[in-house]
Amino acid sequence: MPVNFAPSSDDLLRFAPEIILSLAGTLLMVLDPLFAKKMPKLFGHLSIAAFILAMFGTAAAWSVAGPAYSNLLIVDGFATFFRFLVLGIGIVAVLSSYRYLDREQAETGEYHALLLFSVAGQCLMVAANDLIMIFIGLEISSIATYILAGYLRNDRRNNEAALKYFLLGSFATGFLLYGIALIYGVTGTTQLDMIRASLANPANMPSFTIVRVAAALMFVGLGFKVSGAPFQVWAPDVYQGAPAPVSAFMATAPKAAAFAIFLRIFLTAFQQIATGWEPLIWISALLSMTIGNFAALTQSNLKRMLAYSSIAHAGYILVALAARSEIGTAAAMFYLAAYALMNLGAFAVVIHISGKGERTVNVNDLAGLGKRQPLTAMMLTVFLLSLIGVPLTGGFFGKFYIFQAAIQSNLVWLTVLGLLNSAVAAYYYLRLMVVMYMHEPGEVSNNLEPLTPGLRLAMVLPLIGTFFLGVMPGFVLGFAQRSAGFVK
Amino acid sequence: MNLLELLILIPSLGFILALLIPRSQDQAVRLFTLTVSLITFVLSLGLATGYQSGQAGQQFVSDRIWITNPEIHWHVGIDGISLWLIILSTFLTPIAILISWKYVQDRVKEFFAFLLLLEVGLIGVFAAWDLFLFYVFWEVVLVPMYFLIGIWGHDRRIYAAVKFFLYTMAGSVLMLAAIIFLYNRAGTFDYAVILNGIGSGRIMFTHGEETLLFLAFFIAFAIKVPLFPLHTWLPDAHVEAPSAGSLMLASVMLKMGTYGLVRFCLPMFPTAARENAPWIIVLAIIGIVYGALVAMVQPNMKKLVAYSSVSHLGFVVLGIFSFTQMGLDGAVYQMLNHGISTGALFILVGFMYERRHSLAISDYGGVATVAPWLSTVFLVTTLASIGLPMLNNFVGEFLILQGSAQANFTWTVFAALGVILSACYMLWMYQRVFFGEVGEGVAGHLPDLNFREWACIVPLVIMMVWMGIFTQTFLPAVSETNAKVLEQSRMNQPLRVALPGPSIARIAGGAAHAR
Repeated sequence: MPVNFAPSSDDLLRFAPEIILSLAGTLLMVLDPLFAKKMPKLFGHLSIAAFILAMFGTAAAWSVAGPAYSNLLIVDGFATFFRFLVLGIGIVAVLSSYRYLDREQAETGEYHALLLFSVAGQCLMVAANDLIMIFIGLEISSIATYILAGYLRNDRRNNEAALKYFLLGSFATGFLLYGIALIYGVTGTTQLDMIRASLANPANMPSFTIVRVAAALMFVGLGFKVSGAPFQVWAPDVYQGAPAPVSAFMATAPKAAAFAIFLRIFLTAFQQIATGWEPLIWISALLSMTIGNFAALTQSNLKRMLAYSSIAHAGYILVALAARSEIGTAAAMFYLAAYALMNLGAFAVVIHISGKGERTVNVNDLAGLGKRQPLTAMMLTVFLLSLIGVPLTGGFFGKFYIFQAAIQSNLVWLTVLGLLNSAVAAYYYLRLMVVMYMHEPGEVSNNLEPLTPGLRLAMVLPLIGTFFLGVMPGFVLGFAQRSAGFVK
Repeated sequence: MNLLELLILIPSLGFILALLIPRSQDQAVRLFTLTVSLITFVLSLGLATGYQSGQAGQQFVSDRIWITNPEIHWHVGIDGISLWLIILSTFLTPIAILISWKYVQDRVKEFFAFLLLLEVGLIGVFAAWDLFLFYVFWEVVLVPMYFLIGIWGHDRRIYAAVKFFLYTMAGSVLMLAAIIFLYNRAGTFDYAVILNGIGSGRIMFTHGEETLLFLAFFIAFAIKVPLFPLHTWLPDAHVEAPSAGSLMLASVMLKMGTYGLVRFCLPMFPTAARENAPWIIVLAIIGIVYGALVAMVQPNMKKLVAYSSVSHLGFVVLGIFSFTQMGLDGAVYQMLNHGISTGALFILVGFMYERRHSLAISDYGGVATVAPWLSTVFLVTTLASIGLPMLNNFVGEFLILQGSAQANFTWTVFAALGVILSACYMLWMYQRVFFGEVGEGVAGHLPDLNFREWACIVPLVIMMVWMGIFTQTFLPAVSETNAKVLEQSRMNQPLRVALPGPSIARIAGGAAHAR
């Protein structure tokens, strides 16, 4: 049967965000030699414009939702949700980078081009319906992120972070690829819904062992990408070493995209062997929460603390995955959005106080921030309360929906342990508030520069988002619940 | 928008507006927050006048959908118990603002704004009829109190604030798990619907489930009460908090725990509540005696009052788990009494601290000769606190003891020890502080009450006498609601569908007669 591989106009439209971002990224690289010295801020402005344009592209793709390129891509509510999320993260990441790049006197052209490519890869990942496409998207996103992690090439910690991230990341990708290969061997396809159909076929019963192995291998690869225990060891070092805006970006966008494919692969392709992988996820969730929270208790470096906290939050989202239900998927989507907002906001404050060369990123450097810059301190307080999970913030509803889904799936003990974990977590988030409000201002907060417009926006946007999700969660959750059904 | 919603809205708006006042305008912030809290108080009196006794169920109800999926309602309403607790909150907030007038000089705006936010949370907790909404307000209360202790407290304020937050948080996450479990079983957060379902047998739990759910709620409330041995955060929090913080903490926030026990634990999990009552009562009695004994040896006045709270709250728990009409009435009445008299003690101790900058009993002596009016007011409050007839605590303690005697006389014997001991520690402290030689640093440093301080304390003294003599102002509404709680708590599983047993009217009538 002749197959027509030429893309239709709908196909192109469904692929619009990736096209826009790739073109914009290329354009930035072309413009780089011309404007790098004269107008360093231009590249930031352009990439924000590209992200916004890509959001329109996403909306346009959503208006013609459906599969594209012979089922390699699928534009559904789930993909659209995550596309919007990673694009939004991209915008905030750019906003929080202006001041940082200026302070470090770093080149801005390549930085923003890499950022655009990374987000393009993530957009591709979340819309992929085929293991090969997932892999390509993941690699586009990862390679750009590896370089970003070591962007300040004269900084030793940057280099260490990038190398560590790259070596461990490629190793993990190997696991993922091996899993894909095994699946292809058993089922003869790499398309997610066809894998599912093939596994549902009783004729394939004997090969289930290999399928389980494949699922386990892919679990290792994806577990690394979402920094879930026991594959989390890279995260603290990398987050601490990488430039702060890149850490903020890494902790949110690639993670959200990785969770999206995690959900899609395990709930679509591996639905049939769910009883086999559920215990794995269960254990990984509990380990991530516990290791993340308890390790964060003793950290004095803010970036490292936020890294451990991001491991713990990955644990909460894994709880939602373990629930294996539509509500669980919706809860994970909601949580990723809420988490991205509060984490970006908290990182923006870290970028603000870190100073040239990131010399002041310790917890004690926040001392007296409440007195010297009450507005900044207030915003960080809101983000921290959201990370703790106090009501009226997005973080609370995120936790609430996740644990609701977990209880509905009879994961009562995981819920109880998870909630107790979140009480432990309160301690280290509270410590920051203690230092900010209850200690006398130190050298850092006395000499703090005023908030630049870019950073202010990078805090205010997440602040509005956090409150929006905390007071009116219905809008986002409703969309997530409608889209969660597509993943099965 | 009805009156009750207005009561939540006004301080919320006040909180936001107060934060917008420029930093230099300290006096404006004080006046503004005082005005807001006074308006709230005056309006809250409308709840009392508008409350129709004889009507079962909540009043001033407002029920609208907040979040559609899962369906979470903005469902508020009051009954006889929450009515008085809300008025207690609105009554004490202006007083808390007044006593901090001079004391708080640092970050004035935030302090007074937080007091209003605290008021919002407290009114919300007592008014919420949706489990989810209840949890939201429960947590909202936590944040301002954390900052009140942590920023404006004394030396070890950070330790106390963090301990306070973590204790409460640990308890409340368990409650959240239980609430979610209930939701998945019942399909709703609406408390009235859940109660109805439990009463009609539509919502059933296995024995194990009911016990675990009960414990999850109970631990969250017991930490807040605080019940022995979960009380250790309380002395720290009280000693380190500024006076206004201690006042709100002791007078209203501890009542969130006991209120939760009466409102949720008894009606929702009747079987488990009755089965677990024996050991809970043992803990309550230990708390009564232990709190009193520890209070006796305290060298620090604030700590003494804090431990006396542990003892007093033990009485309340005893009354609740006696499962008698009188015990429950006494418990609820004692919640209000404790709010008034212990609140007054904290205020007075705060006045003395502002003068002498010490909380140690040994730094005082002979205050009665220097500041006679202060001493007189302190004496009245002390007498109220130890339960002298004609003053408020007597009524509550008497009812609780009588109720517990109906259930089990042995309990009463031990609990009554607490009454005796409270006389010992309070009077002994009074003697050491106010009589004897005029201590060093007391003469000349302790002026008598000024106008603002009179304005703070007189309303409380009036309430002590009023609640001691005119109990009928408060008790009918309380009894009615308690009778209903008691009836719900009588519905153990086999009897759940058909209800023999006495009707509400008979219980209420009987109780009124016995009184």
